[in-house]
Amino acid sequence: MLKALVIDAGKCTACKQCEMACSLENEGEFNVAKSRIRVFDFHTEARFVPYTCTQCAEAWCQQACPVNAITTDGMGVKVVHDNLCVGCKVCTIACPFGTVNYNASTGKVIKCDLCGGEPACSDACPTGAITYQDVEQGGFDKMKVWATQSANATTTEGPNTPKAGQASGTGH
Amino acid sequence: MGWTGKVLRVNLTNGTVQSEPLNMDWAQQYLGQRGLATKYLVEEIDAQCDPLGPDNKLIFATGPLTGTCASTGGRYSVITKGPLTNAIACSNSGGYFGAELKFAGWDMVILEGKSPKPVYLCVTDDKAELLDASDIWGTSVWKTDEWIKAKHQDPMMHVATIGISGENGVLYSAIVNDLHRAAGRSGVGAVMGSKNLKAFAVRGTKGVKVRDGRAFMKATNDGKQVLAENAVTGSGLPTYGTQVLMNAINEAGASPTRNSREVQFEGAHDISAEAMATPRSTDGEKNLQTNQACFACTIACGRISKIDEKHFTVVNKPEYWHSSGGLEYEAAWALGNNTGVNDLEALTYAQFICNEQGLDPISLGATISAAMELFELGLITTEQTGGIDLKFGNAEALVKCTELTGKAEGFGKELGLGSARLCAKYGRPDLSMSVKGQEFPAYDARGIQGMGLTYATSNRGACHLRSYTVASEMLGIPEKTDPLVTEGKAGLVKAFQDATAAVDSAGICVFTTFAWTLEDIAPQVDAAVEGGWTPDKMLEVGERIWNMERMFNHRAGFTGKDDMLPPRLMKEAAQTGPAKGLVSGLDKMLPEYYQLRGWTADGVPTTETLSRLAV
Repeated sequence: MLKALVIDAGKCTACKQCEMACSLENEGEFNVAKSRIRVFDFHTEARFVPYTCTQCAEAWCQQACPVNAITTDGMGVKVVHDNLCVGCKVCTIACPFGTVNYNASTGKVIKCDLCGGEPACSDACPTGAITYQDVEQGGFDKMKVWATQSANATTTEGPNTPKAGQASGTGH
Repeated sequence: MGWTGKVLRVNLTNGTVQSEPLNMDWAQQYLGQRGLATKYLVEEIDAQCDPLGPDNKLIFATGPLTGTCASTGGRYSVITKGPLTNAIACSNSGGYFGAELKFAGWDMVILEGKSPKPVYLCVTDDKAELLDASDIWGTSVWKTDEWIKAKHQDPMMHVATIGISGENGVLYSAIVNDLHRAAGRSGVGAVMGSKNLKAFAVRGTKGVKVRDGRAFMKATNDGKQVLAENAVTGSGLPTYGTQVLMNAINEAGASPTRNSREVQFEGAHDISAEAMATPRSTDGEKNLQTNQACFACTIACGRISKIDEKHFTVVNKPEYWHSSGGLEYEAAWALGNNTGVNDLEALTYAQFICNEQGLDPISLGATISAAMELFELGLITTEQTGGIDLKFGNAEALVKCTELTGKAEGFGKELGLGSARLCAKYGRPDLSMSVKGQEFPAYDARGIQGMGLTYATSNRGACHLRSYTVASEMLGIPEKTDPLVTEGKAGLVKAFQDATAAVDSAGICVFTTFAWTLEDIAPQVDAAVEGGWTPDKMLEVGERIWNMERMFNHRAGFTGKDDMLPPRLMKEAAQTGPAKGLVSGLDKMLPEYYQLRGWTADGVPTTETLSRLAV
């Protein structure tokens, strides 16, 4: 099963524990400037939004890289190979989302690689704003919210019985 | 490791900056932030210096846990001699600025002298520059923050700045960082203004490492679990913020009302956490929009509020129609209960102005409250107020006074003196609800007896955060004591004071101590830095800090006579609620407190005490 980070901005408090977990995992120190995930503070609109690479199926960064330093692993994750990266930054221009960035201290680019399948950010998030879920069910929680509203709006009360000619399953 | 080991020294008179190594012996004795920076200050300045003169120094200091994933590990403090009190001042703030300063590689920044012209300090990792601030002098906190980020084309900078009040010597001016978090008390912003230093902008890209990574993650994860499972830190504070206290303290008969003439406010419910979370009748929106955490905080008590656009305070001012830092309990009380104003939107607007112009809402509200009493007594008239009808309960008067003080204009200049100087000027010094010149906050010393001793003995003037015995007396943390009795309170206050001094020196928020004891905190500190940090060592450091601060004040001219509450609390009994008929029993607690502290009957630390603690 392919999994992805699912972000629910409504639960974010802007504490930046995700940024610290990310930098600790990838840089061996607490350093939010080098985090692959970033929390945006829109407090004037009462919103805080974590944002990171979504692992595009057809990734601009990968296609733009002139030295093929970005490959796709078995989980669909786009991984930068430091031994191949020449620090040209073309991928940072190609990425429409800004989630590939240059690290001046190493001369390579950095991006989210889901920590090899155990993303530190989602582990560290204290409010459940960042979860790691089945990529095909990323909309589950949102659907559930709307389903709840739909349930509240219904006028019919159970128990329900099947009606002839509807959803009989015999079809053709 | 934990500490960066570097101190930035900025001489504003000469415009020079230099890096120097942190005194590691002192770091072992005083830990960081409050304790360590106070050690530097007391060693470097004359305790009798003019707080607003060039001989005073201003220190921004982080702690060993600042800039780490320890919950709430983003705090910094500003340490200086305070102009409101003439005593030691140490104001603590959250937001993101403190962590950014640590990421830039500095444990602390010492600012000395006075710049010949307005400047701001810009620190980017190792590089520190004093830059021309003439374009932002005379502007607000919010404008300054925006201007600096645009000027440097760096939205990731974090800015701590003063507003117009701090430039103009309002004696309880705050230093505000990240637009709505503040080193709020004792007038640290006025000291910054007196040095012609408008702002301090910082951007850090260096990491913070800890001594033992595995032990650190274990200790900090354990700590986070404790916070999450605790009713106050895991539920009460994130849901309701500190305003969770409004109704509870009022019902306990411990809410100073109308300048402490009363102890219960009939309008408390209208300005409570519950009111903030209830849709308004006017526009159907809630005052409270969401909660926000400071850096690394897993509690997230901060309030983000939005004012009703049709409310009289903002009706033609779209610049205030966005969400911003809303009411905390102390501000809601000071601006509300204490002035008799129960208009939630007006209080929120006053809080916005405090953030925008850099004012301590506690001292502001308490000073307006004292002025209201002077007005009702006819000692201040509309001639002095410039036509403001300064009656208790007048929301428009509260708002006008806040605006004027924020800009240090008109009657705001007089309010900017603080209640002690204002009341003395109008012949009724007894009407200032302050200790050592600083106004006390939202707990009545008649209804919560331990808080009377807390206010009286606080080294920075009246303050709840130096020993929050409310935790024990009201909430039963760590164990329940009776708020109405004085027995046992001397020991309780001392224990809270010493532990809190250590917590304030670690880089974390004192609110963690609703759930954490030093048993939870010491392992986190110990994994971050060298030195074998046990709960006992932290407590000893806390007691050392307390006595060091006390000795500074002693040299500054304070004596046991200054450990005194306003006569109203000692003579006028509470008229309603559980404390009905009670006055503060400070006179019963103070001698025992001195004795427990190892101080003389006049409140001076004995030679044996100082030598035992190696102060």
